[in-house]
Amino acid sequence: MVRFILTKLVMAAMVALTVSIISFGLVYMAGDPAIALAGETATDEEIAVIREQYGFDRPIPVQYLDWLGNAVRGDFGISYYYNMPVSDMIFSRLGTTVTLGLCAISFALLISLPMGVLSAIKPNSLLDRVAVFIAVVGEAIPSFWFGLLLIVLFSINLGWLPASGSDSWQSFIMPTIVLGYYATPALMRLTRAGMIDVLSSDYIRTAKAKGLRPRKVLFKHALRNAVIPVVSLAAVQMGFMLGGSIVTETVFALHGAGFLAWQSISRNDLSTMQALILIFSMFYIVFTFLADVLNAWLDPRLRSG
Amino acid sequence: MSDTQNTVLSIRNLTIDLPEGGDRPHAVENLNLDVKRNEIVCIVGESGSGKSITSFTTMGLLPRVLKPSQGEVLFEGTDVLKLSDRQHSKLRGNRMAMIFQEPMSALNPCYTVGDQIEEVFATHSSMSKSERRARTIKLLDEVHLPEPERIYHSFPHQLSGGQRQRIVIAIALAMDPALLIADEPTTALDVTTQSQILSLFKQLKETHSAGIMFVTHDFDVVAEIADRVVVMQKGLVVEQGTADEVLNRPKHPYTRQLIDAVPRRTREAPPSIEGNEVVMKVVALEKTFHTARTLFAPARTVKAVQDVNLEIRKGETLGIVGESGSGKSTLVRCLIRLTDIDDGAVWIGGKEFSRIPRGQLHDWRKKIQIIFQDPYGSLNPRRTIGDQLVEGPVNFGVPRKVAMQKARELLRIVRMEQDALHRYPNQFSGGQRQRICIARALMVEPEILIADESVSALDVSVQKEVLNLLAEIKEEMGLTMLFITHDLRVAAQVSDNIVVMNKGQIVERGNSDQVFSNPQNEYTKKLLAAMPGQGWEVPDIAALERAGA
Repeated sequence: MVRFILTKLVMAAMVALTVSIISFGLVYMAGDPAIALAGETATDEEIAVIREQYGFDRPIPVQYLDWLGNAVRGDFGISYYYNMPVSDMIFSRLGTTVTLGLCAISFALLISLPMGVLSAIKPNSLLDRVAVFIAVVGEAIPSFWFGLLLIVLFSINLGWLPASGSDSWQSFIMPTIVLGYYATPALMRLTRAGMIDVLSSDYIRTAKAKGLRPRKVLFKHALRNAVIPVVSLAAVQMGFMLGGSIVTETVFALHGAGFLAWQSISRNDLSTMQALILIFSMFYIVFTFLADVLNAWLDPRLRSG
Repeated sequence: MSDTQNTVLSIRNLTIDLPEGGDRPHAVENLNLDVKRNEIVCIVGESGSGKSITSFTTMGLLPRVLKPSQGEVLFEGTDVLKLSDRQHSKLRGNRMAMIFQEPMSALNPCYTVGDQIEEVFATHSSMSKSERRARTIKLLDEVHLPEPERIYHSFPHQLSGGQRQRIVIAIALAMDPALLIADEPTTALDVTTQSQILSLFKQLKETHSAGIMFVTHDFDVVAEIADRVVVMQKGLVVEQGTADEVLNRPKHPYTRQLIDAVPRRTREAPPSIEGNEVVMKVVALEKTFHTARTLFAPARTVKAVQDVNLEIRKGETLGIVGESGSGKSTLVRCLIRLTDIDDGAVWIGGKEFSRIPRGQLHDWRKKIQIIFQDPYGSLNPRRTIGDQLVEGPVNFGVPRKVAMQKARELLRIVRMEQDALHRYPNQFSGGQRQRICIARALMVEPEILIADESVSALDVSVQKEVLNLLAEIKEEMGLTMLFITHDLRVAAQVSDNIVVMNKGQIVERGNSDQVFSNPQNEYTKKLLAAMPGQGWEVPDIAALERAGA
């Protein structure tokens, strides 16, 4: 197991390095960054000044190593647009995004695991149909529309929850539901399918033949096997929620990192984009690593891989 | 002890209904059978005969759609059909236990085998943790697993099929049950492992004084271990009696038919193929599998086929025999170039087949055709039989009409109705599908036909039918055949010559009678000695029928 974790760690580090090269390279793929920064009307002299000022005249590997070295220390340079340190901007907003992401994935798992399991125990039962209905609706409703409906009901009509902002824990309730509901259908379907598959397996029959009580068969023998693919999917969903919660953040005026990403893209703010891409990718890598370790703990066959 | 006290299980007039729309109204009808202490009762029948349903009913593991509608299942005097699920589960794994067919999937991959055995003690006794562990280690030793301490901490995937089956047996034996139900426990195992497991059962019958209900389709296994035999057909018991009565003097026509299908120990001398031209020649064939070296694991190599030399003459049937992992399937894949070979050569009809460039291979493929093991998986479920039959010749430029004509002809040869052309694979039984697969292979008029475990998945009577069919077709069309099997008896019955493979090498070769009656190699001797039913001389059913018995 230790060996497995070390192997996965080394691999994660290599992926992280590759991602850093790509996100650094993005600046150059979009054309000469000095020209982009200087604006369309700039003279050659002005461009040359900017090139020197931002260090674009140095060899690219040197620039990369410089950038990476700073990034590791949490310094992503100055935002070209806001003219303030990128790291300050990101880290002040990351808390909101991470809180929302963690709440949303927990919400999604709390709904999808029990419902997936229950509907697998009795396929085609009333509960199964209800679960399928919830899943289909979840897939069909756009997040922004669902978010607006909640605001109309709970903020405007009932006045229970704040419609926007991130000042209190109540502000996170509706965004959590909206973002979590979005991730629920896939997780629920996967849990259900996995459970149905596992429950018809030979080792469940063996467990029953041992005289184990149904509860033990279900929780000790079936769930552990069925949940393995769900763990992998949840890790991907989690990464997605951190990077892609722009819509939800906009609807509820939660100024998180997703919102910042959208702004920096539309304003061509290269250094902020670079930093966000790197950070979001790191989240993906960390969650995938954690999911791999958790799965290897669940299923010993994965430990040798 | 009186006779009733001795009886562990007594099934009386049991009828279990099938859901509407099945091929018959009852899964089991009016079944009566007894199992006594220290006795092995074999239930024999082909797939769908209701033998497994009987054991599941006793264990209370019947799928919900099946309901016993009549009769009783008396276990130590209590009718288990009247028990609640909770009461029944107190007996399961405790007083009655079951061993299943598929050892590879019968254990939970997520827990150590020690844990999975201990669970039985935890469920049915109040033993302390250390006591449970001690008992588990003792059980592992009793089922003859080496190094019980190490096995205790192993996960199922670290053990072989035979070892896993021993774990399942240990789970069943944990609480010293009065009744042990074994559902085809050796069918998925190699012959040497089967022999060890069977002798373990014989031992258990004595040491645990349990009654054993042993479900099987294999009469050789019956001959090996049974005290009494119950023969089932389509949910009905057609014959029951002592092993001696049923095996040597079967009365019911169905029993006779089954026993008649058991491969014979001897066969008449085949017509000589000496002097016929050599159609396929394999020279010093080598195939090694490598796993690539990664940053974290060193490269590993497995020598799947080593220095194999063969000659097959026109009209010959060559049997290739070996246990799983012996390299026989890799050899086949090399012969038909599904896998590239590392070294050596395969010659077909004077041409070095193994060196033909990929682009020209197409034309040569039709010279050599193969019938696979699984008749269910090897036909496309969404296309008609006709479509699948003509695909080969059409591919080689034969007009579709001509090919269809040929398909009709071949269906006749494999004794199928013409209307099969317009039907889909799921409308046929396993035996029928295998006959369709044979027809498919013959559509392109191959010179060499390879049968890779082609009858292993079939019931004995169907197996016999398919073997006879193959022999006839071979005769009629002058085919040369390579017959790959793990079953020595089947190989001896159909082959002119046999090669025995072990660990990628040919360890013995010779004509069938020679290999069978006078094996030279230690491994072949071991294989032959492991075959069940050694002491049983299959009765001559025709003679029995003539005698009017």
